[in-house]
Amino acid sequence: MQSALTIIRRELFSYFRSPVAYVFIIIFLISTTGATWYLGKFYATNEAALNSFFFFHPWLYLILIPAVGMRLWAEERRTGTVELLLTLPISMFTAVLAKFVAAWIFVGVALLLTFPMIFTVYYLGSPDGGVIVTGYLGSFLMAGAYLSISCFTSSITKNQVISFILSFIICLVLVLLGWGVLTETLADIFPIWIADLISRFSFTTNFDGIRRGLIDIENVVYFLSVIVFMLFMNVVVLENQKAS
Amino acid sequence: MIDVKHLTKRYGDFCAVNNISFQVQPGDVLGFLGPNGAGKSTTMKIITCFIPPTSGDVTVGGKSILDDPIGVRRQIGYLPESAPSYGEMTVGEFLQFIAGVRQLDTAERVRRTGEVMELTDLESVSNQLIDTLSKGYRQRVCLAQALLHDPPVLILDEPTDGLDPNQKHDMRLLIRRMSERKTIILSTHILEEMEAVCNRAIIIANGNIVADTTPEELATRSRYHNVVTVRTSVGGLEALLGDLRGMAGVAEVQEELGADGHTATFHIFPRGNALITKDVTALLDQRGIAVQELFVQRGRVDEVFRDVTLAQPHG
Repeated sequence: MQSALTIIRRELFSYFRSPVAYVFIIIFLISTTGATWYLGKFYATNEAALNSFFFFHPWLYLILIPAVGMRLWAEERRTGTVELLLTLPISMFTAVLAKFVAAWIFVGVALLLTFPMIFTVYYLGSPDGGVIVTGYLGSFLMAGAYLSISCFTSSITKNQVISFILSFIICLVLVLLGWGVLTETLADIFPIWIADLISRFSFTTNFDGIRRGLIDIENVVYFLSVIVFMLFMNVVVLENQKAS
Repeated sequence: MIDVKHLTKRYGDFCAVNNISFQVQPGDVLGFLGPNGAGKSTTMKIITCFIPPTSGDVTVGGKSILDDPIGVRRQIGYLPESAPSYGEMTVGEFLQFIAGVRQLDTAERVRRTGEVMELTDLESVSNQLIDTLSKGYRQRVCLAQALLHDPPVLILDEPTDGLDPNQKHDMRLLIRRMSERKTIILSTHILEEMEAVCNRAIIIANGNIVADTTPEELATRSRYHNVVTVRTSVGGLEALLGDLRGMAGVAEVQEELGADGHTATFHIFPRGNALITKDVTALLDQRGIAVQELFVQRGRVDEVFRDVTLAQPHG
């Protein structure tokens, strides 16, 4: 446990020591709030709610989250520090989990820094606090799912760009599976229950209820399953690389 | 302390390590030698549980790498070939990090970090970012992290690689000091290093052990072991050479003319590695030869190395 915490601390420390982290946070804030106001036409909704803020998260995370995760394992393998890390008396799972959690905390910090949106909405009206909290927690959970995929792709290659692209593509597929136009196309090809089933594996479908304030245990289980599965795959890939 | 049992590692068709077995006793300093790609690093990576073997087992202090890899790693301080470290940290921070992961408590962490930096002469750069350090310093940082938890076993992959002669000297002194209380396996290309630091030598070629002995014994396998080399001025050489060749214990005499044309060096090969110094000096005395240089060769280990490694076919 102490080992895991030490690694998490080191990772976070390493993030914040690099100017890239601050650039990332600024871009994160600008894109999320910018999307809300300009794409989401915040004023036009006439609602004191963060619906149009959360709406864009699945799409923005496609770019933002892989940017955080792409260096996680690729960099360690490239510089050779993976040989140092994995010969310390810790299990591979501890190492994988610790690096993931540290990255997740970092994303969480970026998300928290959007708090001016909360002030805005309280100033403009009387929003439902519970819905807002649900939205943030759900978005954080979803970010974890994106991140776990990004960690996985980072372990496959030593090249950060390839890691980014792979992660982008996988997440894009998962987003599109629940997107309006595609679900209709799927419904035309497959019987309705298959199309429905496929779309339930999508990020957008599972986030839909959450961003409107509805907590469905099914959605939570979905995101957690993605995280657990991808972390497991992460361990498998790293073990496999050692063996060959 | 370390028991390597029938270790094999294959990568597809290629056999990197082929059924090797050896033991290392507590206090040994074992030198791993071999051409590049022979399997030295692979063997070390298997012992430190970085890669799994295809078959075979290694026990370190009674713990098996297959059953208890974490227990094995606790006993080992490992310096990988690339001497990796986290460049964005300072030396002090990096060492504290490793100490933390190795679960030393706070007080111990601070104490050991200080001790280890003193041992490896890193105090002057303790607050410097590792990225800004030269190769020699980075090597010492990586060695320092291997010493933090005071492990009974050290596995050092080319510890003097890339160091200047002074740094090499310091590193070898450090290894000798450590060997008083630890068991050490180190790999090297430098034969004189092996002779200076190790009490045992294993030569690996193409994944097989081709020699498992001591540096001294290795030297005795050389053609040049106990060869008497004499340098004198030219003059009356023919007679002298004739007499030397005629001596009972002499197998042959090789001569080379010095570059300046005024001196000649000859190597007197004894029959069966016998010591012929007394007889040779007696003869030189008798003839009244002015000897400029005379010594007995230990043996050319690089020749033994060549013979032993080039004889090994790909396996």
